[in-house]
Amino acid sequence: MTMKIMVAIKRVVDYAVKIRVNPDKTGVVTQNVKMSMNPFCEIALEEALRIRESGSASEVVAVTIGPSHSVDTLRTGLAMGADRGIHVDYSASLYPLSVAKILTKLVQIENPGLLILGKQAIDDDCNQTGQMIAGLLNWPQGTFASKVVLDKEKQVATVDREVADGIETVCLNLPAVITTDLRLNQPRYATLPNIMKAKSKPIKKFTPEELNVEIKSDLEIVQVTEPPKRKAGVVVSSVDELIDKLKHEANVI
Amino acid sequence: MATRALLRAIRKRAVSFPAFPGASIHRHGSTLVVAEHEGGVIKPPSLSALAAATCLPDRDSSVSVLVAGSGPSLHQAASHAASCHSSISNVLVAESDKFKNPLAEPWAKLVHLVQQSGGYSHIIAAANSFGKNVMPRAAALLDVSPVTDVTGISDSNTFVRPIYAGNALCTVRYTGANPCILTIRSTSFPVPQNSADSKSNEASISQVDLSTFDEGLDKSRYISQTSQDGERPDLGNARIVITGGRALKSAENFKLIEDLAKKLGAAVGATRAAVDAGFVPNDLQVGQTGKIVAPELYMAFGVSGAIQHLAGMRDSKVIVAVNNDADAPIFQVADYGLVGDLFEVIPELLEKLPEKK
Repeated sequence: MTMKIMVAIKRVVDYAVKIRVNPDKTGVVTQNVKMSMNPFCEIALEEALRIRESGSASEVVAVTIGPSHSVDTLRTGLAMGADRGIHVDYSASLYPLSVAKILTKLVQIENPGLLILGKQAIDDDCNQTGQMIAGLLNWPQGTFASKVVLDKEKQVATVDREVADGIETVCLNLPAVITTDLRLNQPRYATLPNIMKAKSKPIKKFTPEELNVEIKSDLEIVQVTEPPKRKAGVVVSSVDELIDKLKHEANVI
Repeated sequence: MATRALLRAIRKRAVSFPAFPGASIHRHGSTLVVAEHEGGVIKPPSLSALAAATCLPDRDSSVSVLVAGSGPSLHQAASHAASCHSSISNVLVAESDKFKNPLAEPWAKLVHLVQQSGGYSHIIAAANSFGKNVMPRAAALLDVSPVTDVTGISDSNTFVRPIYAGNALCTVRYTGANPCILTIRSTSFPVPQNSADSKSNEASISQVDLSTFDEGLDKSRYISQTSQDGERPDLGNARIVITGGRALKSAENFKLIEDLAKKLGAAVGATRAAVDAGFVPNDLQVGQTGKIVAPELYMAFGVSGAIQHLAGMRDSKVIVAVNNDADAPIFQVADYGLVGDLFEVIPELLEKLPEKK
């Protein structure tokens, strides 16, 4: 019995870039800015690859939704070790509900036993997509996973979740949706031979229309602004001065 | 020239104060707060969600609170909820073992069920691990887009939320059908301390009819929870937070941070580096992917100040940074910076700080 794992990946502004809000307040400057795979998606892909390498899965399919440039990110995923890719070509902005609907259609086409996503994208910081797909598919969800153990025999996944006051363990019947926290694993680097190999791996293309998903949006961005700046601080020269300032100037101790 | 200035002013105004918000679609209505409880009381993050509900500008709208679980503590929590705030009109109690643990599957179905009978205009929960897990799933069942981690409410369907690790603020308008689903950032909606009307209000308490509740198969099961010891004040609500980073070098040295926290009655926080290195457990992580805090005093020791860490503490009232690297980015947000070796500074602070009352 073979299981397929589907992993959703997103191309975002690199985590180390200090972003700038554009002058017309419609968004963030993304032209000529370094883009990378969302760090949580890298962890999701790494987990899928490890499950395949352990023999519990036979194939890892990486999916991305976005403009043509997103194929670069998909190739990165293929170079890390995904078997093939699916690119849903869509240039305008998408909210998680639409992404969840598109991925739901792809799940119905591909029939994976497990769908792994990052817990959030570091650009919109929504933390919604995985939960929404699980809801649409009526699959169980294991969000913010820091450990995943698959039992192939029983067809269940035991997931340790990072929650507000510790670690919670849940057991999910497969098929299931899992979203990854930072501590799940350490993603691998793609090696040069694998990058070369990735160029010949297949990428299937779809459009939302072909998948019969109507993109309707019930949200609109009014404006994007910079957060208020903090006023410049002072450098104190001694512990005594620090305690004095905290006591008499800031009145916090 | 004057015309241009006027145009600019109008345009600016139109951006910050939408003249025609989609309010026409969104009518009055009532708000549902999905609340967590523990030990017979509503948890602090849910109290913040209640505070946010009362911020919705539609003043004649009423607020209902949903609590679920089983046993006597559920009923204590229900009466606590009923007396929490004068604007609460109704407390809905869903009594079933299915809701004893915070599993997303039954909880999202419950929110769906309650919405179908209540027709709320807004459903609000805290953006903690419970709300983040449950509310998007409930939103998908209702075919609406949720707005998560809201830090500001402009009008009944216009909200502010941070994006890009808090380096930009995005104002979004919800234009969809009912309900508008929100999770709110607790630190942005402080709970009024001993609200004066706490005893004068007694909302009605009613049971949710669960006869049609069909969660389907038992697809997920709760196994266990390992809690960290709760000796220190809760990180999310503490008045003072003392945070240590990679420079502490070991779990042993991290005790210095704990000693200082004890002296100040503060909560202990950590950077991702300190958690990954195993100095402290993950639930102490402050940042974009950990906890968001906004205490009166935030003291960072050996913390460089990466974008992802700043996302979790930049709204603190007073920030103190102690670092031996004068170029560390943390000094750009610190109100008081001290360049020095934390292994010398912390013992000196321990010696010289006044004993907490």
